[in-house]
Amino acid sequence: MNASRSCRSWVAPHIAALPRSGIRDFFELVNAMDDVVSLGIGEPDFVTPWHIREAAIYALDKGVTHYTSNLGDIRLRKAICRYVKERFGGDYDPKGECIVTVGVSEGLDILLRAVLSPGDEVLYPSPSYVSYGPTIQMCHAEPVPVETRAEHDFVVQVSDLEAKTTPKTRVLLLNYPNNPTGATLTAADKAALADFAIRHDLLVVSDEIYEELSYVDRSPSIASLPGMKERTVLLNGFSKAFAMTGFRIAYACSTNDIIEAMMKVHQYSIMCASSMVQAAALEALQNGAAGRDEMLEEYRQRRNVIVKRLNDMGLNCFMPNGAFYVFPCIRSTGLDSMTFAKRLLQEQHVAVVPGTAFGACGEGFVRCSYASSIADIETAMDRIETFIASLRKG
Amino acid sequence: MERNELKTKILALLERNARISTKEIAERLACEEALIAALIDELEKSHVIMGYSAIVSDLANSSEVLAIIEVEVQPERDTGFDKIAERLGKFPEVRSVYLVSGRYDLRLEVVGSSLQEIASFVAAKLSCQNGVKSTATYFMLKKYKEAGITLNGGGEENERLKIVP
Ligand SMILES: Cc1ncc(COP(=O)(O)O)c(C=O)c1O
Repeated sequence: MNASRSCRSWVAPHIAALPRSGIRDFFELVNAMDDVVSLGIGEPDFVTPWHIREAAIYALDKGVTHYTSNLGDIRLRKAICRYVKERFGGDYDPKGECIVTVGVSEGLDILLRAVLSPGDEVLYPSPSYVSYGPTIQMCHAEPVPVETRAEHDFVVQVSDLEAKTTPKTRVLLLNYPNNPTGATLTAADKAALADFAIRHDLLVVSDEIYEELSYVDRSPSIASLPGMKERTVLLNGFSKAFAMTGFRIAYACSTNDIIEAMMKVHQYSIMCASSMVQAAALEALQNGAAGRDEMLEEYRQRRNVIVKRLNDMGLNCFMPNGAFYVFPCIRSTGLDSMTFAKRLLQEQHVAVVPGTAFGACGEGFVRCSYASSIADIETAMDRIETFIASLRKG
Repeated sequence: MERNELKTKILALLERNARISTKEIAERLACEEALIAALIDELEKSHVIMGYSAIVSDLANSSEVLAIIEVEVQPERDTGFDKIAERLGKFPEVRSVYLVSGRYDLRLEVVGSSLQEIASFVAAKLSCQNGVKSTATYFMLKKYKEAGITLNGGGEENERLKIVP
């Protein structure tokens, strides 16, 4: 990994040490293929609803091309706080308890930079979104993945968290509804996790980017439970709920203390989120409910289709209550996740993501995204069925 | 899911794609195919579903001419606009009839094989109906969007990466 002695490396050791995403080769394989049906795409297939795009165009027309306040346009922050209160629970003051970020990606990054010191440990359920570990490492802190299991529908267990807690543990990073498993938390799960965080005096970071993609009545955010506001950072954004991934816009809500600290990092590294995009985000919050709910209903129906087909062919998965992922177990095929994904790609031209991309404990599983048309999902399922039949014969 | 909610969802799916199979509807809504078939049957028998049709663009190269005709009528005692609307609807050239709010009363969609054919329908049949006070005819020149569907998808690309973790 290190450059040879004769050739000096300029790369900082902690960056050189970042994993070079074990599945990059697999991604390149997928990208080189023309006729692939991909269930490997973690973003909505819908183009952003027109009224939101039009709001961005109108903002450009009007000359909304300047920096905004570092925290973000106050009109947008007010709308965000109102939306959060109404949809997720939790009272935040738009003046100092909310910051507009360039995606949840940036929100997570500036938050971790604001709160972590070298050597601090961060607990997070694994398998997890691919950025968590590296983002923690870039703060010279220690990622501590905590295994979740199919028998619990991939909900993290307090006893497993306890086992990994040390005096250096500072943050519990949660992501429910979950990428890659589709797991969600009940009110009781949230209460138990809140209790754990309070007992160990941890800061909770709740990445709720898929919260609007919930297929059952959901319970209020962990951030709104008694005693939790002062130790929770709520991260959410527009990418998934409003199909706005390319806009790069999101927000964080927490105490004034934490938002102030995040603002410092944000101010020096980003200045502010792009102004015409903030105008589009405001439009999404004000008039986007119908479009959001229509997409949600379509995801719900696709979920029904894909879960049934996978279970019917013996790739077991639970019915996920959130996000747009299913995480079927592929152990019955006798293949490991990477081999399964590679062979499925080469033999049937269907792309899924090996579970190991999301952590070692994703072995034995693959992630299928149903942010694809029903026609593509049906085609992919037919091909996976053929693939599995060929394995049984061979 | 209760029956009325199911029916609403079935209608939404059929309105988007009249050729969707009962099997697919059943899979999407996670219920038995037989139940879906029965509900569609009910919707048809109770005339909630009036029929199924294809959405055809101008590319079909048909020589059909389409006109929108605004009709001002004299409503009748007791039946209001209903009788005359039904009567106008009996002409096979008339594809749709709506009662509308605003400057006129009935909005007809009329198809014919040529401009002349529609012109003579208006002159010889429509305007001289009892109760019809005036008409205004608009010939359709080009179709950009119908039933929620835009020709060429409005020129949008919507390209995604093939894989995103
Ligand atoms: C769990 C999770 N968090 C954060 C992100 C990044 O979202 P954004 O587009 O807001 O940066 C994603 C994107 O896939 C995600 O799955």
